[in-house]
Amino acid sequence: MQRVEIRSSSLPVIDRVQASERELAAVWRAIGSVVDPEIPVVSVVELGIVRKVERVAGAWEVTVTPTYSGCPATRVIEDDIRMAIAAAVGERARVVTALAPAWTTDWLAPEGLAKLRAAGIAPPGAMASHDMPVAARPVTFGRPRPAVACPNCGSLRTAELARFGSTACKAQYRCADCLEPFDYFKPH
Amino acid sequence: MHKSGPLFDYLLRLGDNGLVLAQRLGEWVGKGPVLEEDIASTNVGLDLLGQARLWLAYAGEVEARDGKPGRSEDQLAYLRDSAGYRNLLLVEQPNGNYADTIVRQFLFDQWHVLLLGRLTLSRDERIAGIAAKAVKEARYHVERSTDWVIRLGDGTELSHARMQAAVDALWMYTGEMFAVDATERALIDAGIAADAAALEPHWRSAVQAVFDEATLAVPTDSWMQGTRERGGKQGVHTEHLSQMLAVMQSLPRTHPSAQW
Repeated sequence: MQRVEIRSSSLPVIDRVQASERELAAVWRAIGSVVDPEIPVVSVVELGIVRKVERVAGAWEVTVTPTYSGCPATRVIEDDIRMAIAAAVGERARVVTALAPAWTTDWLAPEGLAKLRAAGIAPPGAMASHDMPVAARPVTFGRPRPAVACPNCGSLRTAELARFGSTACKAQYRCADCLEPFDYFKPH
Repeated sequence: MHKSGPLFDYLLRLGDNGLVLAQRLGEWVGKGPVLEEDIASTNVGLDLLGQARLWLAYAGEVEARDGKPGRSEDQLAYLRDSAGYRNLLLVEQPNGNYADTIVRQFLFDQWHVLLLGRLTLSRDERIAGIAAKAVKEARYHVERSTDWVIRLGDGTELSHARMQAAVDALWMYTGEMFAVDATERALIDAGIAADAAALEPHWRSAVQAVFDEATLAVPTDSWMQGTRERGGKQGVHTEHLSQMLAVMQSLPRTHPSAQW
């Protein structure tokens, strides 16, 4: 009798925890539906720019880190995240920006890399030196650049056409085998 | 004259370098020598503008903390006259031909990477955070400008001549990058600012190495502009800045309540 009573009184707590976990999952799903307006094949979650989702003072707070300082998509992404959360859970959300630690392409999700490749954009290689303290990293000249695989035919016989491309995060390449020009998502 | 603390002034120096150089690079829009370079110079400008916004937004907050009405990044960008600007003389120099633009960029990029690298170690967490973000972008910029210095310096007779002429003309603006005044001294001692003077040997050896490969001669040091506490960092500018600002600020000054 007593045992049952304890159980029944503790159930609402479990319910509340489960409910908030369900809500948190719903918020993450909503954010996951927001795509990068300049590369609409990857979501902002796959891009690795959503760093944290939590409840702060009774409201959802999403921490986002920008890709490049001057990326014009940042504001649009923040608006889209607020709208997606409002549509999913009917609540207003705050989006806060965190600069540190600085975003790196190493945070792109594996499924994001595959989606980039499928869209004809060569995904970035690893930023091997990222874990070194910034001040300790040498500035090298004429550093050999690792081969970039063509997203169309997989050939490694590719060459850089220009260091910058259609958006802040991409460079322009060309494949010597299939002759297709393509975008390369720069390791950053 | 607006009187504010050294941190506010230092943040203006950091932000104005990016803002002014971004505006200069933006002047190439639609008339770059080739499409790829048109895109590249404006992309570099976009990064610098984004960094400038971060520095100036922080400057406005520090200004408010100093007990003054803190200005927004837009107010700081559009409503200061040239004497209120704190950028280096180097970045306000006109675009000239493409050699002038590339050499200006290269001399700045080499310094910028070193400066930001030091600033990642600043005791001011906000400064360290912005620097850590910006240095990644600056490192990419210096790779590009280095490539072009080598390609154009060790290029045709004409490209070499223009590159050497640009180096000779801009060299006198490089001394200011390493001049430390009382404003910076106080912040260096507090572990907040980077000691610009300490960057000079690193900058010189990096520039020398690239110029050697580019078959360009490093000019003999003579008079350096703006080094005796009367330069861009103190608000004493060349005539080019006010002309540039007249264009940059015309819209918000003519239509103060314009929204975009």
